[in-house]
Amino acid sequence: MSEDVGTSTCKPKTSVTGEYSVTNPDQVLENVLENVLIFLTSRRDRNAVSLVSKSWHRAEAHTRSDLFIGNCYSVAPIRVTGRFKRIRSVWLKGKPRFADFSLMPADWGAHFTPWAHAMAGAYRALEKICLKRMTVTNDDLGIIARSFLNFKEIVLVCCDGFGARGIGVIASECRNLRVLELNEDEVLDEEFDWISCFPMEGTSNLESLCFDCVESSVNFDALERLVARSPLLKKLRLNRHVSIGQLYRLALRAPQLTDLGTGSFSLPEVIGQQQDENLELDYGHAFAACRSIICLSGFRDLAPEYLPAIYPVCANLTSLNLSYANIDAQQLKAVIRHCHKLRVFWTLDSICDEGLQAVADTCKDLRELRVFPIDASENAEGPVSEVGLLAISLGCRKLESILYFCQQMTNAAVIAMSKNCPDLVVFRLCIIGRYRPDRFTGEPMDEGFGAIVKNCKKLTRLAVSGLLTDRAFSYIGQYGNLVRTLSVAFAADGDTGLKYVLEGCTNLQKLEIRDSPFGDSGLLSGLHHFYNMRFVWLSSCRVTKQGCLEVARRLPKLVVEVFRRDEEEGGERGDFVNTLYMYRSLDGPRADAPQFVKIL
Amino acid sequence: MDLNLKATELSLALPGTDDLPEIKTTTTTTSNQIKTNKRSSPDIDASVTDESRSAPTPKAQVVGWPPVRSYRKNILQGKKVEPEMGSGMFVKVSMDGAPYLRKIDLKVYKSYGELMKSLEEMFACMIGLYSENDGYKGSKHAATYEDKDGDWMLVGDVPWEMFVTSCKRLRIMKGCDARGLDL
Repeated sequence: MSEDVGTSTCKPKTSVTGEYSVTNPDQVLENVLENVLIFLTSRRDRNAVSLVSKSWHRAEAHTRSDLFIGNCYSVAPIRVTGRFKRIRSVWLKGKPRFADFSLMPADWGAHFTPWAHAMAGAYRALEKICLKRMTVTNDDLGIIARSFLNFKEIVLVCCDGFGARGIGVIASECRNLRVLELNEDEVLDEEFDWISCFPMEGTSNLESLCFDCVESSVNFDALERLVARSPLLKKLRLNRHVSIGQLYRLALRAPQLTDLGTGSFSLPEVIGQQQDENLELDYGHAFAACRSIICLSGFRDLAPEYLPAIYPVCANLTSLNLSYANIDAQQLKAVIRHCHKLRVFWTLDSICDEGLQAVADTCKDLRELRVFPIDASENAEGPVSEVGLLAISLGCRKLESILYFCQQMTNAAVIAMSKNCPDLVVFRLCIIGRYRPDRFTGEPMDEGFGAIVKNCKKLTRLAVSGLLTDRAFSYIGQYGNLVRTLSVAFAADGDTGLKYVLEGCTNLQKLEIRDSPFGDSGLLSGLHHFYNMRFVWLSSCRVTKQGCLEVARRLPKLVVEVFRRDEEEGGERGDFVNTLYMYRSLDGPRADAPQFVKIL
Repeated sequence: MDLNLKATELSLALPGTDDLPEIKTTTTTTSNQIKTNKRSSPDIDASVTDESRSAPTPKAQVVGWPPVRSYRKNILQGKKVEPEMGSGMFVKVSMDGAPYLRKIDLKVYKSYGELMKSLEEMFACMIGLYSENDGYKGSKHAATYEDKDGDWMLVGDVPWEMFVTSCKRLRIMKGCDARGLDL
């Protein structure tokens, strides 16, 4: 600490002996620091600050208002509430991503309840909770609703365990609610009219309401009344029980919307006169009234003849999600040719390479593309291929993030993309046919992925597929020093691949591998790095119990979980461990592990 | 070092399928493990039994592959089923006088009896099964269907299996109108 840190409060007094004295130097420092640290918002900066000294650690803890915990088991709730006293927002993540693909047994964990209880006591001023892949019960939602008087935002992504009743409690108790977003959650089928739980009088502060994943029908009248009373509502995502006719009415009530998730873009079946009347409604007019829409999604049960209704807003769209709409190239072309400003586009592969070409022709500003398979079986005819990928790489030079499902691919197309799109941060290629080589040369896909890590200097997330040898992983280890997330499935020749990755990728945080021949020797080559990672997942590989025990022994602060997907106890299948999931933790093994999970 | 005999092996499989060479076979085999070129046992559902060299890649349902969220898969699968009206799965059911149509999945039923019962419940009316001798037993409505050729037929004439595959939509007519369909 240099003397320059002194402020006007630090007036040195000259005593008889000529010494300086400053009253309560630590207190002064902390006051100054706290005033400065309030402005620090980045997690990384804050973590760095907290490591400087004890007093900085304290000051930082006092001023941190946003909490992010990437793995809910890395730290116990009580330790968090003990250190940070003034939290206003919490972002908590539970299960690892492979849980989305049925690779994790149900009841594995990631329960929000202990966190709910801890925070209810400690953070009375909490305003915002975001949860991803956690199990949240209706009771938990009740705790949230009743404990935080100024509660404003709840965002649940890929969560489960709650139903309409829980949503209803939030709606009725949280008078300051601004954001209620349910994103791809598994919502329990409870016959309960949660929409009517919102206060029905006075203006509502609601800015965002997303319930597209709620499978039961909503009380439309209540919804319409709510929308009418929410002048600040900018984001509205409806579920498939809202028909296009109802959407029309809502759109007219909320012309200020910027983000709209349509319900089912078709009419319920009505015979006789009513049907004709509905057909005459000018849906284009409704969309034209919403001049501010820049983000469009939904389109469940799409009746393609209604698609032209969205033309009036296409020119302003920055984000378009058609990934639930089975449309062909022609139908897409009619829409996409208006979308010059598009930055984010999600689609099904039903649009074929031809559709992707149309995207490449128009969307010069595209940053993110996701192409999902309409038919997920391995021997299906692939409507998209290397042709589409190449077209995108030539047309969308600013691409930063891509997720591409296909049946066939070539190294040449991937290499071309690595050169044409140097800004790529996320590259996820899923060749659905396992072990598929380059379609034309018959070679492994090593060179393609190698080019991606070599040429895309900003790459932080990579998912590989197709036929791959150790060479691919040597490239990744050699060039992928910024890679934080790596996903591997059905790949490689042997242990060396894993060794290359663990030794080379110094920034690796999340490693998820399935069905690849990596064994103990590969696993042990990462001992120096596991403490720096958020988690490692290895399932159906060739690690043995001995190998896992060795890791657990050498790294005591690592929680090493071993289990079987089918919940058989022991965790092993034959000689090998079925699933290994390990992560660092400040508070040791979790207390809520079910029977079939063995913690070594 | 493996001789990699697989590389020179002749097979009838298409290029680019799982039977490609280069990958060594696994050393440990258990009765559960599939002896293909996968080194460890992936999670394969019981639907896959044995493999034969000359058969194309088994349509095994590998768990969690491709990595598409079940949320998304369910939505898309729902859509795949519905357009197949021609093969008689989901069909629209209308009843004269009712303002809304319904939709039912014919695959759910195993006989006319089950279908009729369900329709009765749905429309809360009496629909009798047509029989050669009695016509429609004094009921006020008759169930008819449109077949693949676009013709309107009386429900009950053809064997159930044939009906399921040829029915495109159902219409419950007023009994007096149905008599005209007598051949």
